Amino acid sequence: MVNKLLLSLLLACSFSLSHAGEAKPTSDDPVLEKRVLEVSENLRCLVCQNQTIADSNAELAVDLRNQVREKLKAGQSEDEILKYMVARYGDFVLFNPQMKSSTWLLWFGPLLMLAGGAWVLIITLRQRRKLQQQMPVLSAAEHVQAESLLTEKNDGQKNIKDAS
Amino acid sequence: MKKSFIPLAIFVVLVVFLWIGLTLNPREIPSPLLNKPAPAFKLVQLHEPNKVITPEALRGKVWLLNVWASWCATCLQEHPLLVEMARQNIVPIYGLNYKDQREAGMAWLRQHGNPYILSAHDLDGRVGIDYGVYGVPETFVIDKAGIIRHKVIGAMTPEIVQDKLLPLIKELNNG
Repeated sequence: MVNKLLLSLLLACSFSLSHAGEAKPTSDDPVLEKRVLEVSENLRCLVCQNQTIADSNAELAVDLRNQVREKLKAGQSEDEILKYMVARYGDFVLFNPQMKSSTWLLWFGPLLMLAGGAWVLIITLRQRRKLQQQMPVLSAAEHVQAESLLTEKNDGQKNIKDAS
Repeated sequence: MKKSFIPLAIFVVLVVFLWIGLTLNPREIPSPLLNKPAPAFKLVQLHEPNKVITPEALRGKVWLLNVWASWCATCLQEHPLLVEMARQNIVPIYGLNYKDQREAGMAWLRQHGNPYILSAHDLDGRVGIDYGVYGVPETFVIDKAGIIRHKVIGAMTPEIVQDKLLPLIKELNNG
């Protein structure tokens, strides 16, 4: 019983210790930490390009998070921090690309393609309808003739089937 | 005839785009610092901690700023090139020892040769951030007016030095 208690105490201690080790670079202020994460989620980690610096544990990401924290502490706005990062690492550091003339194709390209696809679809459907309208209209006599031709063919097939 | 041509055209356009995409290196991100003044800094020197170095002190000459570290494996790859450039006295090379321990950095230079006139010691990587460093080694070409003219990301190769750096340095020196 005492052993068990000791063990659990030890486990609890080691857990809190390792936790303290991980949390070392962050400050104690949970509100600030939340802001740091919010801003960090908009910044790309340039070492691991598909992650934000909030997700990444690359050394550069840790440094940049610290930078974000310091600037927030100094009272800078998110906008100012993003500008600071862009001035150093370029637009690529923004996880969500900005809306500007050079990124219009990126933002509206898919819509353009969709519009193009819709256009092709409409043209094709119209052409098909036109073809249908151009189909010859049969007179009553022609209908009878067609009917007889079709049944004849069916009969023929039936005959072949019967024979086999 | 016309109908079969359209899918082929779309296919060709796609292939061209994919082909171009394949030849690009996604790790090379154009630096916004190109053709802008080299960010100012004031750092202690690696070998003489009581002396500082600033880029302003280098105004009036064309120089290279090479970001390196003893923990950086790729730096070792380009290092002989730097040593050779220094031996031939092509251009003054200054080092930015990035997030490195002083002793480790100095030992690394003793072992592999020191091409740098001197190295700045950027222990916390703050100056590295100002220069937009994200993949060591990186090399900046800085002109007489202190403007960054070129940046090489990753290890330099003899081709890059021959085809890009040497002509650029020559041009900047004449200008």
